[in-house]
Amino acid sequence: MSKKRCVAMLLAGGQGTRLGKLTTRLAKPAVPFGGKYRIIDFTLSNCSNSGIDTVGVLTQYQPYILNSYIGIGSSWDLDRKNGGVSVLPPYMGQKGGEWYRGTANAIYQNMYYIKQYDPEYVLVISGDHIYKMDYSEMLDYHEQRDADATIAVLEVPWNEASRFGIMNTDDEDRIVEFQEKPDEPKTNLASMGIYIFNWKTLEKYLTEDEQNPGSSNDFGKDIIPAMIEDEKNVFAYSFNGYWKDVGTLQSLWEANMDLLDDDPALILNDPAWKIYSVNPNQPPQYIAPQAKVTRSLVNEGCVVYGDVYRSVLFYGVHVGLGSTIRNSIIMPNVKIGANVTIENAIVESGTVVEDGMSLGSSDGSISLIADGEIVSVPK
Amino acid sequence: MKKVVGVINLVDEKNTLSELTNHRSFASVPFAGRYRLIDFSLSNLTNAGVNTVAVFTREKYRSLFDHLGSGREWDLDRHQGGLFFQPPADEERKNSGDIHSFYENLSFFKRSLSHYVLVTNGQLVWNVDFDQIIDEHEAENADITVVYKPCDDPYTSGSHYNVLYTNDDERVDRLNLGVEPLPGDNVFLNTFLMKSSLLISLVEDSIESGKHESINEAIAANLDRYHVHAHHFGGYVTFIDSVESYYRYSMEMLDPNVTQELFYNTGPIYTKVKHESPAKYLESSSVSNSLIANGCTISGTVENSILFRGIRVGKGAVIKNSIIMQKCEIGEGAVIENVILDKDVSVSPNEKVISEDQPRVIAKSTVI
Repeated sequence: MSKKRCVAMLLAGGQGTRLGKLTTRLAKPAVPFGGKYRIIDFTLSNCSNSGIDTVGVLTQYQPYILNSYIGIGSSWDLDRKNGGVSVLPPYMGQKGGEWYRGTANAIYQNMYYIKQYDPEYVLVISGDHIYKMDYSEMLDYHEQRDADATIAVLEVPWNEASRFGIMNTDDEDRIVEFQEKPDEPKTNLASMGIYIFNWKTLEKYLTEDEQNPGSSNDFGKDIIPAMIEDEKNVFAYSFNGYWKDVGTLQSLWEANMDLLDDDPALILNDPAWKIYSVNPNQPPQYIAPQAKVTRSLVNEGCVVYGDVYRSVLFYGVHVGLGSTIRNSIIMPNVKIGANVTIENAIVESGTVVEDGMSLGSSDGSISLIADGEIVSVPK
Repeated sequence: MKKVVGVINLVDEKNTLSELTNHRSFASVPFAGRYRLIDFSLSNLTNAGVNTVAVFTREKYRSLFDHLGSGREWDLDRHQGGLFFQPPADEERKNSGDIHSFYENLSFFKRSLSHYVLVTNGQLVWNVDFDQIIDEHEAENADITVVYKPCDDPYTSGSHYNVLYTNDDERVDRLNLGVEPLPGDNVFLNTFLMKSSLLISLVEDSIESGKHESINEAIAANLDRYHVHAHHFGGYVTFIDSVESYYRYSMEMLDPNVTQELFYNTGPIYTKVKHESPAKYLESSSVSNSLIANGCTISGTVENSILFRGIRVGKGAVIKNSIIMQKCEIGEGAVIENVILDKDVSVSPNEKVISEDQPRVIAKSTVI
């Protein structure tokens, strides 16, 4: 393998427990988003658009759909002769094997993968977040600051800061303290879970961390605090764009609704920063004479006879005559019969909704319709 | 499975779609919101497991070449076989018949070690099960199977159709080349199957004797010698030969029964992927009876129309009975009626582009 400047390690093993039944058979990064994508498309597209062509994807929980979706990476231009995308599940060796115990342990177990490219830098990202970011600019910043580690940070509302890993920085953006979910945050600079490390430094810290039986083998809890403790050069890199952790049904629903604004904060069709995804090969959508579609995103393969307002329709969705869909997310290949009302709901892929049914609620809570069951989530 | 190589023969294409075929080959004319005409025949071949396909072209193949690329979208980026793009080897032969294209590529047929050659063209919008035709060819013990469709279009124009006549056993006893079909005539869809060895000998004989300029002539002249079986294609197929018929067949795509048959009943139709976002309908959008491709942003009114990928329709704009190709911009308050806008046309706010009777084509990249 020839040398690479930077190798990306994409953590995609998350279960997404708070997404409930939506992640029964899917890892969180494979959850559908925005009418056409899966959550992981955003980070894979970021890598591709940032010129990072070597990406290890660490899978663990329910990996099948993710594996088959990523394939050889051709959808993201990551099918490369040297590098490209590699799916890295936990494995057995001669001395046995084990599950990934934490984010740092997952990288530790795959150090052999990184070593073969002899990189200067390793970018660690998570496949759980929706955002567009040019990692090459962060990499330039990391080089300019002569950093050992750089962590991307985002200003969050003060009242939400205690939900995040919070960075305390000095005047030069050097991180002097890292607090994981503090009760009384000193700043509102939250870690986005995006790290760049000098590979040699990271290798040393991962190896040491592995020898510490008390460690939880986690970047946020163990590796970063240890580096700050040792007064390594750890810098904060500020990000100002749209970023969302769609970890709950409410936030998943909100992030989809954000896309429906006249000028959304997250632009999906910027020709200079395309979001790539696997194409389902469907004809254009058909909007029938009786239909009314406003303030919505609709994908190919949809056939709409009813009314759709403020909703996101994934590919292959049918909406029957006299039906009304409001404030909802309808995932791929859902068939909705005639005279159905769906409001404030997330309908899981492949669901068949029979004529005349009324689903969801108008009290502001979001319902998940999955496996024929209706799970209501209070606001 | 018998090994089959496919040929998409574009050598005899006619440039009858005015501005739409001024700069591109007939096969790469955009159709149905996101496809090029060639996608249909090419996908039909792929869906039948044909993974070696040669595309014979004559001219204006730049956009076609760009569209097909390595053939990846049709699963034709193969180590064994794959897509072979074959422009004329000899510039001087530009105006001669397609028999020379077959002759120039004899080594392709010999080298492919295939049992059969399936030849079709790039202008039919159809979803045909070629497997079934191969089975029928074998069951009939035919030397050549030709595919036809009784003409159901009373408006076909131009005398470049081929009409065949059969006896009671569906065996072809006459093939009239270069005629204008009447409704009910059996139109040969320029699609046929024969053994590679037979094709090679027909082509060699035609060139050596100098008797035939086209492969169809060679077949027509040998109806006594070979068992030429006629396969009646019963599905949907287009006879596009003019701007008028291009428009008319395009509008048939607004019939969900037609799109169901074309896109869902047999195999999928593949095309070049553009990675556009889903179509976005804003508060003031009003869309009815229309086919909308991804990447569109609609604030205006769209009725009985087809919008290709990446079109912006401004507030208050009205599009009726029109076909709007990729990346067009329709300004606020503009009115578009009964027209075909080729790619990248930009219509300024409040402009009116209305055609009274015949649909009008606005050439690529025009600014109005």
